[in-house]
Amino acid sequence: MNLPPLPDEAVVIGAHAADWRSAVREAGRALTRSGATRSDYADRMIAVIEEFGAYVVIAPGLALAHARPGRDVLREGLAVVTLAEPVAFGHPHNDPVRVVVGLAVANAEEHVASVANLANVFNDAGAVGRLAHARDATEIRGLLGIEGGAA
Amino acid sequence: MKIIAVCGVGIGTSAILKVNAERALERLELTADIDASDLAGIAVAAADAQVILTSSELAPAVRQAIGRSFAEVVEVTNYFDVDEISRLLERSLG
Repeated sequence: MNLPPLPDEAVVIGAHAADWRSAVREAGRALTRSGATRSDYADRMIAVIEEFGAYVVIAPGLALAHARPGRDVLREGLAVVTLAEPVAFGHPHNDPVRVVVGLAVANAEEHVASVANLANVFNDAGAVGRLAHARDATEIRGLLGIEGGAA
Repeated sequence: MKIIAVCGVGIGTSAILKVNAERALERLELTADIDASDLAGIAVAAADAQVILTSSELAPAVRQAIGRSFAEVVEVTNYFDVDEISRLLERSLG
């Protein structure tokens, strides 16, 4: 299984986010626009960070915003938000964040293969920088090696 | 040998950590079972584990949750850096 499709609606280039919450909310809106989640999902992604801390900043400059599967997840989805100004999430080593990847999964099993594909992309240490500088959704899809798909 | 990758919700980040830890083990030519777990399930999951991989953010909560387990809690900074994970695992398992 490949990564979920990444339609144009699921990509935001150069978002202006005042803080980490608005950066995550931007990813939540992108997931909702692309039809993957209801709008409540953004609140749950924020709640995960409020509860457990900024561990979602899993590599320098990269936050993987996500929450548990739930009724607000309509189908597996991916969103990518690049930030015009880097935002601190409060991670001791990997701040500031330049790219937020939003992930929604309908059940815990189905996402393992797509996450492995995500790992393939980001095992290349230059990937976050290239995503941060991408000019449009087509370039983002190219860097992630995924299809556009219908929204 | 058993290794647990832990994150807050048991999907997403812990799955990425599991995938990259498997790549690190392959590089070290070691074999181990690697499971992903959320923080709520870690006490049970850690009972027969040697190593728990997590982020420095979650490490204190993991240590508290497992109590007097024999498992070593190893803090990973970059979940995609197979070199870093290999170094950490070699130190714990070697």
